[in-house]
Amino acid sequence: MAERSFVKEVEKLRACEGEVFRGEGILAITKALLENGVGYVGGYQGSPISHLMDVLADAQDILGELGVHYEASASEAAAAAMLAASVHYPIRGAVTFKSTVGTNVASDALANLSSGGVTGGSLVIVGEDYGEGSSIMQERSHAFAMKSQIWLLDPRPNLPSIVKAVGDGFELSEASNTPVMLQVRIRSCHVHGEFTTKDNVRPSMTVADALENPRRDLNRIVLPPASFLHEQEKVTKRLPAALNYIQKHKLNELFGPQDRKVGIVLQGGMYNGVIRALQRLGLADINGETQIPLYVMNVTYPLVPAELMDFCRGKDAVLVVEEGYPDYLEQAIGAMLQKEGVNTKLEGKGPFPEAGEYTGQVMLDSIQTFLATHSDALPGKGRAPNTPGPLPDVEQLKEVVPMRPPGFCVGCPERPIFAATKLVEEELGPHHIASDIGCHLFSIMPPFGIGSTTMGYGLGPASASAFNTNETDRRSISFIGDGGFWHNGLTTSIGNAVFNQNDGVIVVVDNYYSAATGGQDILSSRANNKSKSTKHPITEAVKGVGVKWVRQIDRTYDVTQMQSVLKEALTTDVKGPKVIVASSECMLNRQRREKPIINQAVKEQKRVVKTRFGVDEDVCTGDHACMRLSGCPSLTVKELDDPLRDDPVAHIDQNCVGCGNCGEVADAAILCPSFYQADTIHNPSKSERFFRKIRDRIISALQNWRERRTLIIEEVS
Amino acid sequence: MEIDTQWQALGTGEDATRTITKIAIFAVGGQGGGVLTDWIVNLAEANGYKAQSTSVAGVAQRTGATIYYVEMAPDNGKAPVFSLSPSQGDVDIVICAELMEAGRAVIRGFVTADKTTLIASSHRILAVSEKIVPGKGEQDSNTVLSRLGSASQKLVAFNMEDVAAENGSVISSSLFGALAGSGALPFPKNTYEETIRKGGKGVNASLASFNASFDHAQSAGAAGSPVAKRPEQPQPATKFSARGPARKLAAWQLLLSRIEALPEQTCDMALAGLRKTVEFQDLEYGEEYLNHLEIVLASDTENESWELTRTAAKYIANAMCYDDTIRVADIKTQKTRFQRVHREVGPAAGSQLELTEYLHPRMEEICGTLPTRLGRWIEARPAVFNWLDRRVNKGRRIRTRSIRGFLSLWLISSLKPWRRSFLRHHIETDHLQSWRDLALKTVHSDYQLAVEILKCRRLIKGYSDTHIRGHSKFDRVLSSLALLKGRTDASDWLRRLREAALLDEKGDALEGALKTVQTL
Repeated sequence: MAERSFVKEVEKLRACEGEVFRGEGILAITKALLENGVGYVGGYQGSPISHLMDVLADAQDILGELGVHYEASASEAAAAAMLAASVHYPIRGAVTFKSTVGTNVASDALANLSSGGVTGGSLVIVGEDYGEGSSIMQERSHAFAMKSQIWLLDPRPNLPSIVKAVGDGFELSEASNTPVMLQVRIRSCHVHGEFTTKDNVRPSMTVADALENPRRDLNRIVLPPASFLHEQEKVTKRLPAALNYIQKHKLNELFGPQDRKVGIVLQGGMYNGVIRALQRLGLADINGETQIPLYVMNVTYPLVPAELMDFCRGKDAVLVVEEGYPDYLEQAIGAMLQKEGVNTKLEGKGPFPEAGEYTGQVMLDSIQTFLATHSDALPGKGRAPNTPGPLPDVEQLKEVVPMRPPGFCVGCPERPIFAATKLVEEELGPHHIASDIGCHLFSIMPPFGIGSTTMGYGLGPASASAFNTNETDRRSISFIGDGGFWHNGLTTSIGNAVFNQNDGVIVVVDNYYSAATGGQDILSSRANNKSKSTKHPITEAVKGVGVKWVRQIDRTYDVTQMQSVLKEALTTDVKGPKVIVASSECMLNRQRREKPIINQAVKEQKRVVKTRFGVDEDVCTGDHACMRLSGCPSLTVKELDDPLRDDPVAHIDQNCVGCGNCGEVADAAILCPSFYQADTIHNPSKSERFFRKIRDRIISALQNWRERRTLIIEEVS
Repeated sequence: MEIDTQWQALGTGEDATRTITKIAIFAVGGQGGGVLTDWIVNLAEANGYKAQSTSVAGVAQRTGATIYYVEMAPDNGKAPVFSLSPSQGDVDIVICAELMEAGRAVIRGFVTADKTTLIASSHRILAVSEKIVPGKGEQDSNTVLSRLGSASQKLVAFNMEDVAAENGSVISSSLFGALAGSGALPFPKNTYEETIRKGGKGVNASLASFNASFDHAQSAGAAGSPVAKRPEQPQPATKFSARGPARKLAAWQLLLSRIEALPEQTCDMALAGLRKTVEFQDLEYGEEYLNHLEIVLASDTENESWELTRTAAKYIANAMCYDDTIRVADIKTQKTRFQRVHREVGPAAGSQLELTEYLHPRMEEICGTLPTRLGRWIEARPAVFNWLDRRVNKGRRIRTRSIRGFLSLWLISSLKPWRRSFLRHHIETDHLQSWRDLALKTVHSDYQLAVEILKCRRLIKGYSDTHIRGHSKFDRVLSSLALLKGRTDASDWLRRLREAALLDEKGDALEGALKTVQTL
């Protein structure tokens, strides 16, 4: 079950000709796929296109009605390889994943796909995880387009443009026999807007039709000598076909008067940012009517030299707005100008910073600098270099405002795994710890501070593989999530460790979902998924590839057990990788799943136990050792109204979900006896009520007996 | 370069986005910023505006700082081009669902005095870095609060989390109410309420919270000052009333009269200390406490406003009330504790409450609760000690509302009358004595240094390893005395060392500070 349900929203996908669709960018893309007769869709989740996968999953009924095959691919590579269905058959296919990490994984398949070329339109929708909020290394997808000759669309970030780009992409792909990448940036995916819909179209050929009438064409298979032909064909046939199509159908757009002495060439995705800067400078109106000529490249690869030269000719200077490094577009346009002998000054990186996100301020400053240098377009005050208004005195604020990196959620089952690791390290000394991608990577942050590297999804144990020597007894520890495990970790990390007789310890953090990407089901998920095969234990897979030492932990909150198993793994004489599968359900998903059921049961007068934790503030001494082993958002501190106390004590707030981590950690680390577990039994049975009464009577009697003999001092207000 | 003269047509350089309202929402992941964003978009559309929202949802659930962004403009029939992210110095309304996030919004330049209405909840969600400090790690809210007013054009700040909680809702509804109450958007109040109703989830609680917050924002706006929760100020003197057996009451009165004889500046603290010691053990123990105080007082002087005695009143009480098994068992079985837990958990009528304590006694604790000689005898024999430890040292879950669980703790707490003969008491008493004497020895040469020595008791806290670490920090800090003695700034240095010791768990900061002291 995914973090967000789109069951209600996907009904919008049934909209017919001429209706107004309102919603998020990703939902619009799905609708556009259906309008363009897509035959099959697939992909691998990851921000910012996780929700696109969730939408597709929730839209399976609608997809099915149209004869569209949907697949949640095992990895981006699997998704890209799926597009092979469009090599010989005129079926439109679309896959999606995040970029650049997903594109990295998919690059083998993408390179093969683009070498042989495609018959049916093939669309790779990449969610660009770049800039603020990104969780990955900052690179550009553009390089993939250039190296494999995949056309790259970067539409203007509004729903009508994105929807149009989907259709354009399929047709461009078919016209040039080349796969097309559609780049949607992080905020475009989540932008709310509207567009006018068309009817959904059943694919002209379904995958079933293809299966019944198999075809093969030797010339499309990547094998010599065909592969050498492909290389030529890409340049001599497909590229000209693409350029022809792009020009003919005006995929790139011109805005504003074209007879000015300066102009701006921009990636489609930068359009709103550029317009905003022009609006603020008084050079464009609220609806984007601009006074500065713009050449908006909704296709950023290939470049159309004819269009670019037309735009540049007669202008004194042209500014290239191209986010990220390296400046591929600027270099290419510069080379074109030089070859054509066009004497227009080219600017780009220079007014713009070499690297980093083009935020509102960067856009404003850079465009203003460019215009002030090369024109007198800026009336009055705008001509002066942009000086920001007086900023409030923030120096002291900077000292006070704490960092707030993302961390484990309330009740996260991964927290105790890292608490146990920290405790084991306290006992056995520090170890080299390799991390992986996923929620468990938050272990890098305080309070745990565990993990040294992260080399890629499913590569945690592989990234520790060099640390395999019999010159020391100390072992490496590596982490991998269940998502990464099934993505490629089983072979790349576990298989690799078995084959190379790696002696390290591998902890598979199994939270029943691909949790970091939004809680999608995977092979080892415990959920009943009507369209997917789940419940395949990780331990079986691990044993299957030859791991001898395997331990399954079914309740990660048992810190003591976690600790002892980890210790055993680090000290056992058994050779080869030691694999611990630490399983407990993602609390975010569990709450979403259980809360309605429990509340319903309480309403129906059924017996239900709800648990939360608390701290006896008189017992807590305010050392906060528990927090250094937790970081749970609901475990916080509280100032006591007691003149004898200096330091705030631990306090558990109302958000506690009763996971038990604080109590378990206090026990395992022998911290203190402050924590208690409070179980509220709703609708207790008759006998429970009876025994409760007896117990209460005896306990009260004992308490009263003592109270009568004691001096009771009470505060009076 | 030849300059084109057509540029006259390009207008006056006035910002064309003045009709666009730009709203940024700063939240902590999991606070429901998405709900608020949707409400604002729906509100705008219901009022004939075009609106666009964006977010970076990647970490929205996962406790990190998260920003949502909305732009809106009156519908003029054509589609406006909105920006997808906020620009510095160009945001009309900034809504912050937590105080430090408001500070962050200011630091990042999104809040500016010329145009921004800042709506900020003044409550705190502590960051991990604030919670893991062994001492006081919470950052100063007032530093942030005091700057929000001048940083923004208009500030609406009060505890919106409390307003929401009081109405059984979550903060998105009270933020929405504050937005309405701020008057920053030209929309009538009923359209806000209609928006909430159309949302369809927890409507009544949301509306109640919305309205309470709306009123709050309006009154706060009129007063022009932020309503914020201030950190605890020193409370006025607490009064106690006592009840119990007549003989004990009489003895208590006698002790109270001894407190009245103390200098006025020390009375409050002494009374709190007396109560703590009496509750910890018995009236005689309170008497011992006062004896200690009177000895300290004899070395004290009015010239220093009795600071030494006042400090001693606090820390001697804490030192006397060490955390042993008896104290823990006593607290866990008290009637008042049962009542307090019941109040905190607040089980619904008809439901039952079960309590489970997470305890992990070690042999050290058991030895501490044995007669001194027996305890020492065991501790001197590692083989015996370890053999016993293997049987004792494990996690125990005690169900305090079951007969067996309650009885086991109750019986331990019943050992109280014998506590004075137990090993732990001897250790603690010796430690207290030497520490007190150290202060008294110092007071005549350096009054402030003696005060600081007493304050070092703050370092000793926690149980088991934490307790040992505290003791070691205490010893390390006091070890500097030999180097500091005679210096005019000795007390200052001792204070710095103590503060350093409270900065991190292992005492790295303390180690650094000690090195500095060695170079003096």
